[in-house]
Amino acid sequence: MKTNSKIARRVKLPLSDDVLETLHAGDEILLTGIMYVGRDAAHKRMMEALQAGEPLPVDLRGQVIYFMGPTPARPGKAIGAAGPTSSYRMDAYSPRLMAEGLKGMIGKGMRSRDVKEAIKKYRAVYLGAIGGAGALISGCIKKVEVVAYEDLGAEALRRMEVQDFPATVINDMHGCDLYEEGKARFRIAGPA
Amino acid sequence: MREIEAKVVTETVSALIQDACYHLADDVITALRRAEEREESPAARNVLARLLENADAAARDAIPLCQDTGMAVVFLELGQDVHIVGGDLYGAVQEGVRRAYAEGYLRKSVVNRPFSARINTQDNTPAVIHAAIVPGEKLKITALAKGFGSENMSRLAMLPPAKGRAGVVDFVVRCVDEAGANPCPPVIVGVGIGGTAEKCLLLAKEALLRKVGDPHPDSEIAALETEMLKRVNDLGIGAMGYGGRITALAVHCEVFPTHIASLPVAVNLQCHSVRHRETVL
Repeated sequence: MKTNSKIARRVKLPLSDDVLETLHAGDEILLTGIMYVGRDAAHKRMMEALQAGEPLPVDLRGQVIYFMGPTPARPGKAIGAAGPTSSYRMDAYSPRLMAEGLKGMIGKGMRSRDVKEAIKKYRAVYLGAIGGAGALISGCIKKVEVVAYEDLGAEALRRMEVQDFPATVINDMHGCDLYEEGKARFRIAGPA
Repeated sequence: MREIEAKVVTETVSALIQDACYHLADDVITALRRAEEREESPAARNVLARLLENADAAARDAIPLCQDTGMAVVFLELGQDVHIVGGDLYGAVQEGVRRAYAEGYLRKSVVNRPFSARINTQDNTPAVIHAAIVPGEKLKITALAKGFGSENMSRLAMLPPAKGRAGVVDFVVRCVDEAGANPCPPVIVGVGIGGTAEKCLLLAKEALLRKVGDPHPDSEIAALETEMLKRVNDLGIGAMGYGGRITALAVHCEVFPTHIASLPVAVNLQCHSVRHRETVL
């Protein structure tokens, strides 16, 4: 896959604390390794488990979760279209998962103040994938398995092996926010 | 009286949805290329280039453009001299949606009991159907696979008439500003002005069906679209919200008369993955 701005940095998953420290809002990176996948319904179930004092179905400590629900795989393919979904719907759950050890989230769109504070507190990161690039991203996914909540179909919890998955740092542990910085740089008028 | 078989309606709806979900339309590709040429922000330009690559990958590898293959919205313009035979019209449309999402390996994203159990209907039905009776003996079918990242950013305002044209523009610009990165910019902004509350929202959705960037035939409305597009692009949100000059590819307005007491304005956002097709039977 070609990049047309700067050279994207290759980063291994799961993210080490040393690497996390060097990620800055606006950095373009290519992720290789293991990531977990879950969206609204899987997050709701994980939260219910935690509230009931039960363990999570997978150990998320040090891991990255990608907010995504794929289209069905055609025969012979690992997965169908696999772009990010809007992250704000996971805002109610993300701080708790970071408290459990989650180190990274991948999605698209803005996060709440609470999530951004939790990213700083737990020294984590929020990455953006390109919304609407589901076919392109599909090509970076080498292996997929459902690890919990199979009954949720497209919303089941998955583990994926990815290679050179393109992402951009949106919110880093240093408190920077690409959405705010990018908009400020190009804004000509104030809000309506 | 002309007869049209229900099964032809089913086959047509299925084909339209599948085509829309796998092939980015030429008008959208042209708009994305123009945006890429004009964009000053390297990060946003990179996104636009990736979206064009994505369209190639989708067609080449038979992968849907986006994993959110939407809720199906089907517009029917039924000639009053047409007789549907061999089944009922709405049933034929729903069967076409069912078939498209099964055969096309599209994601089934529709849930029943939205306020409680949220149980997936497993076949992406029901579609939302808007039907109009028109003169003639043809049936026009327009199918839209509407993603909800952008749909969730829809707004309706029943403005007091004193707010006038400036109030309409400000409301639309504020909607896009508040939506920010969420609806996957660059977006198409569908605007409805006038009618009743539900008519206004429908106008906004119908505005999305126009070819991207085609101005409204009424020059006053076209000028309003041009002004809104400039104001929206001055927001600086850019592709995927990474900051840039192109936040919207187009603003399309549809207008209908309204009551003396109101100035309804609706905004329906559409991500760059514009997926609609139409045909006339």
